[in-house]
Amino acid sequence: MADPILKIENLTRVFKVGSESVHALKGISFDVFKGEFVSIMGTSGSGKSTLLNILGCLDRPTSGEYYIDNIAIKDLSKNESSIIRNRKIGFVFQSYNLLSRTNALENVELPLLYNNTVSSKERKERAIEALKQVGLENRMDHMPNQLSGGQQQRVAIARALVNDPVIVLADEATGNLDTRTSYEIMSLFQKLHSEGKTIAFVTHEPDIANFTSRTIMLRDGRIIKDEAVQTKSAQEALSNLPVESDDIPEEKRTDN
Amino acid sequence: MNFYNLLKIAYNALIRNKTRALLTMLGIIIGIAAVITMVSLGQSSTISINDQISSMGTNMIMVMRNNQRSGGVSIGSANVRSLTESDVDAIREKAQYIDLISPVVTASGQLINGSNNWPSSIQGGNEEFFEIRKYELESGTFFTSEDVRASAKVCVIGQTIVENLFPGGENPIGKTIRFNKIPLKIIGILASKGQNQMGQDQDDVVIAPYTTVQKRILAINYIHMINLSAQSEDVAEDAADEITEILRIQHKIKQGEDDDFRVRTQQEMLETMSSITGFLTILLAAIASISMLVGGIGIMNIMYVTVTERTKEIGLRMSIGAQNRDILLQFLTESTILSLIGGIIGIIMGIGLSYGITYFLNWPFVVSVNAVLISFAVCAAIGIFFGWYPAKKAAALDPITALRYE
Ligand SMILES: Nc1ncnc2c1ncn2[C@@H]1O[C@H](COP(=O)(O)OP(=O)(O)O)[C@@H](O)[C@H]1O
Ligand SMILES: [Mg+2]
Repeated sequence: MADPILKIENLTRVFKVGSESVHALKGISFDVFKGEFVSIMGTSGSGKSTLLNILGCLDRPTSGEYYIDNIAIKDLSKNESSIIRNRKIGFVFQSYNLLSRTNALENVELPLLYNNTVSSKERKERAIEALKQVGLENRMDHMPNQLSGGQQQRVAIARALVNDPVIVLADEATGNLDTRTSYEIMSLFQKLHSEGKTIAFVTHEPDIANFTSRTIMLRDGRIIKDEAVQTKSAQEALSNLPVESDDIPEEKRTDN
Repeated sequence: MNFYNLLKIAYNALIRNKTRALLTMLGIIIGIAAVITMVSLGQSSTISINDQISSMGTNMIMVMRNNQRSGGVSIGSANVRSLTESDVDAIREKAQYIDLISPVVTASGQLINGSNNWPSSIQGGNEEFFEIRKYELESGTFFTSEDVRASAKVCVIGQTIVENLFPGGENPIGKTIRFNKIPLKIIGILASKGQNQMGQDQDDVVIAPYTTVQKRILAINYIHMINLSAQSEDVAEDAADEITEILRIQHKIKQGEDDDFRVRTQQEMLETMSSITGFLTILLAAIASISMLVGGIGIMNIMYVTVTERTKEIGLRMSIGAQNRDILLQFLTESTILSLIGGIIGIIMGIGLSYGITYFLNWPFVVSVNAVLISFAVCAAIGIFFGWYPAKKAAALDPITALRYE
């Protein structure tokens, strides 16, 4: 079997708050292989975001090993982890985090601006390509406040794809969206998965996790369940949604 | 990160908030405009004053009586009135570097032509006086050495005198006017010289043979001043030394005693004036620099607020791979671009302003290239210096905390 994209062993993370220490992760181990679509589940405060931040090299574990694409993250300097984030990871956040007054295309180009090896011509081509992948080729010069919430999240997903990462990390990426739009976003993730992308998707909603192919369940900083799931099709779920929901606004508009 | 990307990032960030960028620049704009204007005006006035002094002849030398003789008791000789015609003769005889020389006697009084009155002063010189002082004729003639020898009752007058004594427009040449009751025949009219730097009217002048002023008007036997011209500007200082030497012997002044006369070259007057205007220029520039400093602090202030406001943006940039150095450079570049653009606008405004002011004051318009270059460098320095602290703060943010910031 090929080497895993992500490999973590006995990961812990302790936060010091004053004299107290909060054990957010208490020894977590699992591998993620290329082409997997993993959901990380758990109630609020179970350590999902803490785990994802470590996986995304934004944070360091207190102890334990972490390899991404066979690179030991423990040994990396701050700048080297920045480069890992830039080249190997795509982040999708709950609140989109697009730059305001900056159009969709330029938002998507942003990660490549921090990559010297990409020329400005290639940067634009790749950003356009990423926007096509999320179905927004007609919205390239729209500002975030001219886009619906679902469209903004699509721009954010395009931004996560533009550097062709080994893994896309999403933290409650559907948390700000209504059911229909959530399903649309999940359908997009399923499409990306079918195209070969490796995705780790944090959510606390079981019906969202059902669209993935494997679920890791956390409770109090420990894994209580790690199993394959019967993947449901988001496209199907969309068509099964009650008709009346077509009458309510399709997506919440969020000004950001 | 490559420089072009850095510029693009900083430029995009500034464009996203044009109004704030403009407000940030305002302090710098005003500061630089003030500095450029002050320095340019200082230079204009210096040039203007220098022109004025040079127009009197750069090789002119003046010898005056020294009224502040120290020691109280004048030693030995009869030279209580320290300058006489024999001094003039001695210089003429012994000096090598002197071209022209004229005794000068002045008197003030009332000029009368029929019912027209004009308070003025009369200058007495010899036939070389006109050339030493660079006077030119509009009509008529200068007086001659013959007139000087004979204490002839003739005079040459300036335009202001013509206007005030001959308001009817008749030709003054050949007419006789009275100065303190002494009748003087007008033989020449001077070309206009206009006002000098201190606002004095240089056309308010009557020139007569010094012997006429000395004997007929004042009834004295000494002279007030000696005007000379050195053979060239280069030897003016040598000429001044030479004159001092000759007069010390002439006045029997012993070694170690102070002179009872003063010798002034135009060069010295130029230097005195330049040192005054130079000092004023520096003073004004210093005051203006303070506003530049205030402008810099303004940049720091707004950049500091900006960093807090854009915490989430900084967190995002870090999460997609910006290194701490990239964030630092972005904010430094933003503040530097702001202060440089502010500086350029300030320089243009400063040049415009000095053009306007010199135009109205009728001074020569000069732009100090040094001031422009220095301001530009100072702008860049201000941008970096005052941008550093906020940029450092931005770069030190923790990406997770920054992303969570609301
Ligand atoms: N920066 C921090 N400082 C202190 N405690 C923290 C910090 N971040 C997270 N925690 C704690 O760690 C635990 C897990 O948090 P988190 O990973 O955000 O949970 P989830 O994303 O599953 O809701 C919580 O108890 C939380 O209070
Ligand atoms: Mg969370």
